[in-house]
Amino acid sequence: MNDKLITILNLYSHDMNIYGDYGNVLTLKRRLEWYGYKPQVIEYNRGDIFPDNIDIIVGGGGQDSGQNLIQSDLLLIGPKLNKLANDGMPMLVICGLYQLFGKFFKTANNEMIEGINILDIETYGKSERLIGNIVTHSQQFGDIVGYENHSGQTFLGHHVMPLGKVRIGAGNNTTDISEGARFKNVIGSYMHGSLLPKNPAIADFLIREAVIRKYGKFTDKTIDNHYTELARKVAIKRPR
Amino acid sequence: MPKPLVTIIGKTVKNIAKIRGGGSALPGLVVEHIDPDFIKRTLATLPYGVVVISGTNGKTTTTKMVVELLEGQGLKVFTNKTGSNFTRGVAAALLGSINLKGQLNADIAVLELDEAHAVHFVNKIPPRYSLILNVMRDQLDRFGEIDYTSNLLRQVAMATTDTVVLNREDSRIANIAKSLNNQKINFFGLDDSLLHLFPSDDNLHSKTTKTKNSAKADVVLSKFTSNSATFIIDKQKINTKLNLTGIYNIFNAAAALTLVMAIVGDKINKSNLINSLSNVKPAFGRGEKLLVNNKLLELVLVKNPSGFRLGLSSFSPSGYITMIAINDDYADGRDMSWLWDVDFSSLAKLGVKQVSGVRAYDMALRLQYDSVPVKFVNQNIKKALKQFINSAPKTPKRIYCTYTAMLAIRHELSKITKVEVIG
Repeated sequence: MNDKLITILNLYSHDMNIYGDYGNVLTLKRRLEWYGYKPQVIEYNRGDIFPDNIDIIVGGGGQDSGQNLIQSDLLLIGPKLNKLANDGMPMLVICGLYQLFGKFFKTANNEMIEGINILDIETYGKSERLIGNIVTHSQQFGDIVGYENHSGQTFLGHHVMPLGKVRIGAGNNTTDISEGARFKNVIGSYMHGSLLPKNPAIADFLIREAVIRKYGKFTDKTIDNHYTELARKVAIKRPR
Repeated sequence: MPKPLVTIIGKTVKNIAKIRGGGSALPGLVVEHIDPDFIKRTLATLPYGVVVISGTNGKTTTTKMVVELLEGQGLKVFTNKTGSNFTRGVAAALLGSINLKGQLNADIAVLELDEAHAVHFVNKIPPRYSLILNVMRDQLDRFGEIDYTSNLLRQVAMATTDTVVLNREDSRIANIAKSLNNQKINFFGLDDSLLHLFPSDDNLHSKTTKTKNSAKADVVLSKFTSNSATFIIDKQKINTKLNLTGIYNIFNAAAALTLVMAIVGDKINKSNLINSLSNVKPAFGRGEKLLVNNKLLELVLVKNPSGFRLGLSSFSPSGYITMIAINDDYADGRDMSWLWDVDFSSLAKLGVKQVSGVRAYDMALRLQYDSVPVKFVNQNIKKALKQFINSAPKTPKRIYCTYTAMLAIRHELSKITKVEVIG
């Protein structure tokens, strides 16, 4: 029986994996185990057949070169991802895939890179790179602690909500105080290097949504977040 | 300003800085300011010219190897031994080695340069030889992207006037060859059977194995054990004992051999070459072995995912207790994301005795997600080190540490016990 099975799709694990985003997959996997579920991680890469029966999608950041490599393939699976997003599938996309889940990325050389338009966001390449520790706040998730490193600046349209409001750091752009974007159960963010380990509230949100979609209810359990809490406390106080 | 005066001022600042216990780069900074051509003029006199060694992992130990191999061939070598691998560190090292007329008594300069500074340096002083080791994700908080860093290294190669030595197994480095028209290119490489030990950042999380590179390599590392290695040089198998540990150091030995053979040419004395190599000891903190209470304590510097992965696969945890100390100062990198690109499951069976450093809790959290049991966590390195040593006085110990954590640990070790460097 595949009862309690939850399948995580790691999107473009070959080309978009450079900033420690594997930790997001690992965090979902382990926490699902700790909650008593049976996680399975499958990879999707360029040219693969897009799998059925998935429950959570996670995609990371890459080099600009990695982003160029996957773009045409992403446009091919875009309609499928759009449908899944509209159906409420939980997804987490970081940095490069966050940008490409939007409407477009206009590079510093005015080149237009088309996105798959799940998120109502526009991104513009800038010469300045926004790098450093970042802390934002969300009503639902509390303080969100992470690290950003991006030169694209993203602006939100009316159909998305920011993931958080920046307290320390830059966030989506140098103009407003938004960081990340949310649409239904899709979360996009610039916080790379594994957003989820230090922000288990977001990990548990994705898990809960996936489990409820599949099994109708989620049974909560207490997880040892001792190190998480201490790591968050330290991170918040570190210099940018 | 008259040249001897610049030298005197520089040397004076160097002596004062030494008395004050100041940094190694300060006198260089002063000289650079007064006489910007100081380095260029001084190095221009060397008969074998200038060698630049750069790349993300293993510069310091490789530079040490190249220096000792060249000395074994009878050359007088100038190098920036102080580990200050910026231009002004080179100026500072020069000040210590020249006479008051500003002459450098050496045949060749072998310089370890950080990627970004290497570009500034070669723009002023094109090296005769360069060795580009690898490019791994490291200090992305400083450089932004690996592709950016590899482009810096490409510029170093392109500025080289004679021979460029490249890593055949690192695709970003091997590709630099395509941009070179006027230089001789020599590769060092690995036997196919060893390729899986060196996953690149790109295939770290993928199941695809590395594709073979067909370019001919001058020196190929074909086999190694914990204290010996076999290299293939000109179709000849050469076995040697090694004092170096860590598979990355042993692979970089192939790089050092390739470079030294290119510099010395046909006159090379191969038995001396291999003999020198077998005597090279690891650089400070790079698999360095110390004695604490008559028990072995090994320091393994870790600064990026590939280095940490190679460290974990080089040294078996059995028979040892393990400590990990992670700081996030500028020299360590502020971004903790790299810890999530290292697989720690090899430590799961025996666990980690002590976790320390400013980011101790990030590390403990990382270990929790790989199901590695952790005994003690203490951010304070001094206290953690004491607890670690006292917890099992009779067991050999190994500490994985970031750069500034290593400095702090060495400092503490020198206070709480007699620290004897046994190499």
